[in-house]
Amino acid sequence: MATFNVHVTIENKPGISDPEGETILNDLVLKGTHSAISKIKTAKMLKFTIKEKDKKSAQTRVQEICDELRIYNPMVSKITIDVFAA
Amino acid sequence: MKIGVIVFPGSNCDRDMYHVLTDVFKLDAEYFWHDKGLPKNIDAVILPGGFSYGDRLRSGAIAAHSPIIKDVKKMAEKGIPILGVCNGFQILVEAGLLPGALLKNTSLNFMCKWTSLIVENNKTPFTNKLKLHQKIPIPIANGEGRYYVDDETLKKLKKKNQIVFRYSEVVNGSSDRIAGVCNEDGNVVGMMPHPERAAESEINPIDNKPSSLIFESLLTTIGVKN
Repeated sequence: MATFNVHVTIENKPGISDPEGETILNDLVLKGTHSAISKIKTAKMLKFTIKEKDKKSAQTRVQEICDELRIYNPMVSKITIDVFAA
Repeated sequence: MKIGVIVFPGSNCDRDMYHVLTDVFKLDAEYFWHDKGLPKNIDAVILPGGFSYGDRLRSGAIAAHSPIIKDVKKMAEKGIPILGVCNGFQILVEAGLLPGALLKNTSLNFMCKWTSLIVENNKTPFTNKLKLHQKIPIPIANGEGRYYVDDETLKKLKKKNQIVFRYSEVVNGSSDRIAGVCNEDGNVVGMMPHPERAAESEINPIDNKPSSLIFESLLTTIGVKN
């Protein structure tokens, strides 16, 4: 068994408005000199530390937990899972 | 006849709800702490507003896994009237008893103001004394009150008459101005605004009668003469 850090990023699905991201873009970033930026999306990240036999199992287990406990609401959100060796 | 008022860690409208049920409408009500079950002799269940678990993860997401929710689901299946107000609505959605999601208001503000609703379904246990399209002056108090459903679910809600209340104007960016919905059977109702803050003339500057009809509907449903 090895220890892995698993990062779960929860963000709105495409098409679901993200007023916080829009505010950061329009009222902060674009009011400076950063006109190259065209989009900012906010997200929430949960960092799991987990013992599993390999990277793949760590990813599968965390995905199962997120689905079972409705860590995200699938009506509006999607998750991205990234696994790193601890 | 007994109404169960469920209390979660962080509920803060439980006593307002209990007061209206007992002092105003003379109903027998009892608080139930979320980590226990519900007795079988409960005739209706109310999930009050507040900030269960400090809205951590997202509003209602953690309370939806409280032990008492198993009994709430059983009662929902049996057809017992269940009402979720504000955070109670968010919990019912997160528990899968009602469709959709509640997102941050478009304004990003916590919105605490008087608004008005239009009754879209007067066949539920909580709206049967109201007239279709009747206007209800009522306050909202929420940060994550923007009801969202995808287009497919919205069509289904319309077809099955599951939209119970709409805001009379655009308030927070909710899909189709929806303020409250019910399940397919109609016995589980969720709404963001607070009828318990609007049912008495002393605290309603406009008209308390429409909100009081929400509670009188419940009285009629469970067979209590008022």
